[in-house]
Amino acid sequence: MRKLFYILVIVLFKFSTAHSLIEVDITRGNLDPLPIAVSPLYVDAQSENFEDVKVKELGDLISSVIEKNFKSTGLFNPLNKDAFVQKPDIAHLKPRFEDWRLITAQALVTGKLLIKGDKLKVEFRLWDLAASQEMVALAFTTTPSNWRRVAHIISDKIYERLTGETGYFDTRIIYVSETGPKTQRVKKLAIMDQDGENTKYLTLGNELVLTPRFNPTNQLVTYMSYFRNLPRVYLLDIETGIQEVVGNFPGMTFAPRFSPDGKKIIMSFAKDGNSDIYTMDIETRLVERITEDSSIDTSPSFSPDGKYICFNSDRSGLQQIYTMRSDGTGAKRISFSNGIYGTPVWSPRGDLIAFTKMRAGKFYIGVMRSDGTGERLLTENYYQEAPSWSPNGRLLVFYRETKTNKDGKGFSAKLWSIDITGYNERELKTKTDASDPSWSSLLSK
Amino acid sequence: MKKSLIYSLSFHAVMILLTVLSLPFMIREPVDLPPIISVELIQISNKTNIPFAPKARKVIEEVKEKEKRVVSDQAPPAAKAKEKPDRIPLPKKEDEKKELVKKKQNPKEVKPEIRQASEFEKKEIIDTNEIAALIDKAKKESSKVEQKDDKLTQSSVKNSFATGLTLSEEDALRAQIFGCWTVPLGLPYDDNLLVRIKLELKQDGTIRKSEILDHERMNKPGQKFYKVLAESALRAVRICQPLRVPQTGYDKWKTIQLNFNPMEMLRG
Repeated sequence: MRKLFYILVIVLFKFSTAHSLIEVDITRGNLDPLPIAVSPLYVDAQSENFEDVKVKELGDLISSVIEKNFKSTGLFNPLNKDAFVQKPDIAHLKPRFEDWRLITAQALVTGKLLIKGDKLKVEFRLWDLAASQEMVALAFTTTPSNWRRVAHIISDKIYERLTGETGYFDTRIIYVSETGPKTQRVKKLAIMDQDGENTKYLTLGNELVLTPRFNPTNQLVTYMSYFRNLPRVYLLDIETGIQEVVGNFPGMTFAPRFSPDGKKIIMSFAKDGNSDIYTMDIETRLVERITEDSSIDTSPSFSPDGKYICFNSDRSGLQQIYTMRSDGTGAKRISFSNGIYGTPVWSPRGDLIAFTKMRAGKFYIGVMRSDGTGERLLTENYYQEAPSWSPNGRLLVFYRETKTNKDGKGFSAKLWSIDITGYNERELKTKTDASDPSWSSLLSK
Repeated sequence: MKKSLIYSLSFHAVMILLTVLSLPFMIREPVDLPPIISVELIQISNKTNIPFAPKARKVIEEVKEKEKRVVSDQAPPAAKAKEKPDRIPLPKKEDEKKELVKKKQNPKEVKPEIRQASEFEKKEIIDTNEIAALIDKAKKESSKVEQKDDKLTQSSVKNSFATGLTLSEEDALRAQIFGCWTVPLGLPYDDNLLVRIKLELKQDGTIRKSEILDHERMNKPGQKFYKVLAESALRAVRICQPLRVPQTGYDKWKTIQLNFNPMEMLRG
């Protein structure tokens, strides 16, 4: 009996210890960009020629655009095509995973295209090479001249699948194109794809234009222009080219921006040295006064849910950032550190507000939470301002000017972008000098 | 009569004891045994002098490279199989490549039928849920989600003593995985992102079965970031295998759990 008891106790003890599981905490990894192989798209042998589209090279061209997009994010490392062992005509059927793993790729993009009549059909697949599995597979049909957009849409889908965030490649940036000497700048409205391609000019440069902003629907742009030396807010339809003055105010109107639903414009209106914030309904043209303060209130920007507004005000003495409800009540200051703050813009995610800060002769682009905490200065320079968010809230585009030297030369204004982490700062190539950028939302939703 | 009573009482006592000791085990976490300080500590001091992530990565990559050369019959000659992609030249002869294609490539198209869509209309070739399920293939069919607190445990210390895996052995394993895990840099800072993967290992350190313990979360709406992180973690263990495991005590480490938490890194 005693033996039985001991046996039972021993068995029980053994039982309770045998199942303790080894746990290992992995809190570090490598921060290298994800190695990704973008195989040139296979061009179907049945493809027909279409206008000036280079059919045979189209597979290479599309994959190059995708690669360029990925490279620009700083999150991916597109691998050198010279290292690819498998050719696109085979790879698009089913990749030989061992070959791709050999070149340290962790993800692979393959695909093929066919031009038949006036239709371009592109299909692509994203492969997880470690798991030897397909992650996403999609097909698109459009006109062949739209091939660049297809490349951007594919980039967006892959980006979304690999990062969990929506992409921002199928987007445009509107900006003020600047030419001529600093004292006699010719400023035109210009629009381009986010990668700097397809630049088009929307105004002739006869009048000074400033602060263009996209409507969330992308059809309309609002901007400020000087007509007979009086600044006015204008609306421009990109598709039709028709433009009109917004409202008929006796003073100056400036710093316009759309509400998230695109139905209203919020802007500043100045008269007799006082500036306040107003909204105007685009359809009914009804104007509503939002702030009523003796100070200068300007640069308003809606939160993505439309419930709040952030803006600039000098009501505390120095120019600082404030937030308030969209009806103008509950205004409170959110910026408190040393310096002057300007151009606050609410992130499309809703969590952050981007701003320009001036302190000790330097200009900074920074972000803070919408309650004013967690201020982070992302980049410092001689002169830079006007941040605008990418539609996924990950990047900021802004412009930066360089100093003029003693001879009055050397001045330039360029567009730059930076990740909200403060990494991946890079110049966006434009055909001319550029300022006041505004990033559109995704064209294909 | 008296004897029977004693037998009965002792039998009942045993049963009560069994119940008290065994039932909690069924419903609770494994019992944390107090650390036993012994000769093991001496071994630790000798063994823990192993290279950490940056150095270890180099070593790991070298080892991986060697193994690839041996294992893969498609690998190019040894001199060509370098880690940096831009240094990898293509095999010299076109003929060799063609032979490889014939041997290895199944020219059968995976999904040849993709229907025509209208302008810019996108059509999913495969249902995304299905894909997610495929990616999540590593999870066991009969898997059950462990109800466990997400807080990190002091497992490294606890387990070393409780299970016999020394700190140095655990460090080696950790350093190996550090090198293989490409942390997705787009993850948000503030989310509660902890991926727990349970691995069943073979004696040579290769993976027999992998299971994401909270795999149900992967396909829930609004959990895209978790899914991305879980996939990156799975990728890391697959790339890393065979894992650096001790040569002895297979029973102790044949099942291990890896807790991937990138927050420390992302917050800087």
